[in-house]
Amino acid sequence: MGVGIKVEHLNAWFGNTQALHDISMDVPANHATAVIGPSGCGKSTYVRCLNRMHETIPEARATGKVRMGEVDVYNGTPAVQIRRRIGMVFQKPNPFPTMSIYDNVAAGLKLNGYRDRRRLDETVERSLKLSALWEEVKDTLRKKSGASLSGGQQQRLCIARALAVEPEVLLMDEPCSALDPISTGKIEELIFQLKEKFTIVIVTHNMQQASRVAEFTGFFLLGKLIEFDKTEKIFTTPSDKRTEDYITGRFG
Amino acid sequence: MARTRFQQGLDELRARLLRMGGLAEQAVDRACQAYIDRDLTRCQMVLENESHINLAEREIDEMAFDLLAMQQPMAVDLRFILAVTKINSDLERVGDQAVNIAERVMDMVELDKAELPVDIARMAAAVSAMVRRALESFIEGKAELAQAVLEMDNVVDRMRDEAFITLVKTMNERPAVTRQALDALLIARNLERVADHATNIAEDVIFWVRGADVRHNVAPEPPLPQTSVGEPH
Repeated sequence: MGVGIKVEHLNAWFGNTQALHDISMDVPANHATAVIGPSGCGKSTYVRCLNRMHETIPEARATGKVRMGEVDVYNGTPAVQIRRRIGMVFQKPNPFPTMSIYDNVAAGLKLNGYRDRRRLDETVERSLKLSALWEEVKDTLRKKSGASLSGGQQQRLCIARALAVEPEVLLMDEPCSALDPISTGKIEELIFQLKEKFTIVIVTHNMQQASRVAEFTGFFLLGKLIEFDKTEKIFTTPSDKRTEDYITGRFG
Repeated sequence: MARTRFQQGLDELRARLLRMGGLAEQAVDRACQAYIDRDLTRCQMVLENESHINLAEREIDEMAFDLLAMQQPMAVDLRFILAVTKINSDLERVGDQAVNIAERVMDMVELDKAELPVDIARMAAAVSAMVRRALESFIEGKAELAQAVLEMDNVVDRMRDEAFITLVKTMNERPAVTRQALDALLIARNLERVADHATNIAEDVIFWVRGADVRHNVAPEPPLPQTSVGEPH
C-alpha cells in the first residue's frame, strides 16, 4: 500500500539560487497528485526533493521536513533506502539498452541481492502485469532488449522496473511528454489503476492530463506553491488569480 | 496576450449571445405591446422572428461546442462557455414564451374586448426589466447586477399569483368573458416563465463570474481541511 508524504517548509537551492521557497504540500496516500506550473517553477525540484535525488546534483541542497509515512526522509535514513521506497519514472524512457526486457525489470532486485530464480520470475511477471505490458512482451521476455520496444512500451517497462522493488510511492516526472496519444492513454489508465496500490506524484505540463489522472493538484510559480486543492477545484474555480491566469493560458 | 485565437472565439461567442439576447428581449416586448394595443401585426412579427432566435441558438451551441473541443478551456473560460450554452437555451425559451403570448393575443383579438382586473402591462414591464438586467449583468460580467435580478423574481411570482386569483374570480362571476380571462391568465403564466428564465440567466452569470452555484439556494461545499499552501492568497 502507498503511504502519504508530509512536506513542511521545504526550501531548495542550486548553489546560490533558491529554487523552492517554503513549500508545505502534503501528498495523500493512495491518490494521484499532480504538480503543474510553467517551466522553471520548481515542480521537478519539489519531486526530486521527495526521494533525495535533488542532492545528487553538485552544489544543490535542501532544508525543511519531508516525512514519508513514519520515515523522516532527511533525518537519519540513508538516501538509498529512501529511493528504494520511492520509485521514479522520468520524461524520457530510459531502459537499459543492452539488457533483455526481463533483466530490465529484474535489475533493481538483482542490485539488492535477490537471486532466487522463481521469486525473480514472479516479480517480473507481476510488475509487467501491473504496468499493463505483460501481454505484449510475455513471449519475448528474454529474447528482446528493452530498447527494441516502442516509446510507450519502453515507458511502461520503466514503470515495471520501478514497481519491481515494491515501492510505496511512485514519482513521475513528465512521463508522457515523449509519447503519442495512444501510449499516453495507456499510461494514464495505468496511473488510475496503480494508485490503488501506490501513492503517485506526477509532474506534468499537460493540464488536461493532470485533470484526467489526479485527484489533487498543486500549482507552482517561481519556486512557490501558489495553490493546492482538489483537481476539479483547481481547474474549474481556482482560488488564486495566478493559478487561473496560468491554466487559462494567459501566461506561461 | 496568449491564446489570441481562443480569446477572439470567446469574444465572438459573447457578441452572438448578446445579439440573441436582443432578439429574445425584443420578442417579449413586442408580444406584450401587442397585448396592450391588440396589435396583430406585432404578433405576426413575433412569430416570424422565432426562426431567427432558433437559428441563433443552434449557431451559438455549435460555436461553444467547437471551442470546448478545440481549445480545452479551463476555469473562468470553461465557466463562461458553460454559462453561455445555458443562457442560450434560456433565451430560446424566452422566445418560445413570446410566441405563446402572441398566440394568446391573436385569440383575444378575435373576441370582444373585455375589461379584466389584471395589470398585464405592469407585469410585462417588470419581466422585461428582469430580462434586460440579466443581459446587462452578462455584458458587464457583474455578479451584483445578476443578484438584483434574482431578488426581482419574487415580485413577479406574486403578480402571477394575484392575477390567478382575480382572473379565476372573474371567470366565476362573469362567464361571458371566461375565454378572455383564460387568455390573460395564460399570458401571466408565460410572463412568469420568462422571469424564471431571466433568473436562470442571472444564476449562470453568477456561476461564470464567481464560480458559485446559487441555484436552488444550496450551500457551497466546505473547503478541504488538509490542504495547505506556502503563501497566503
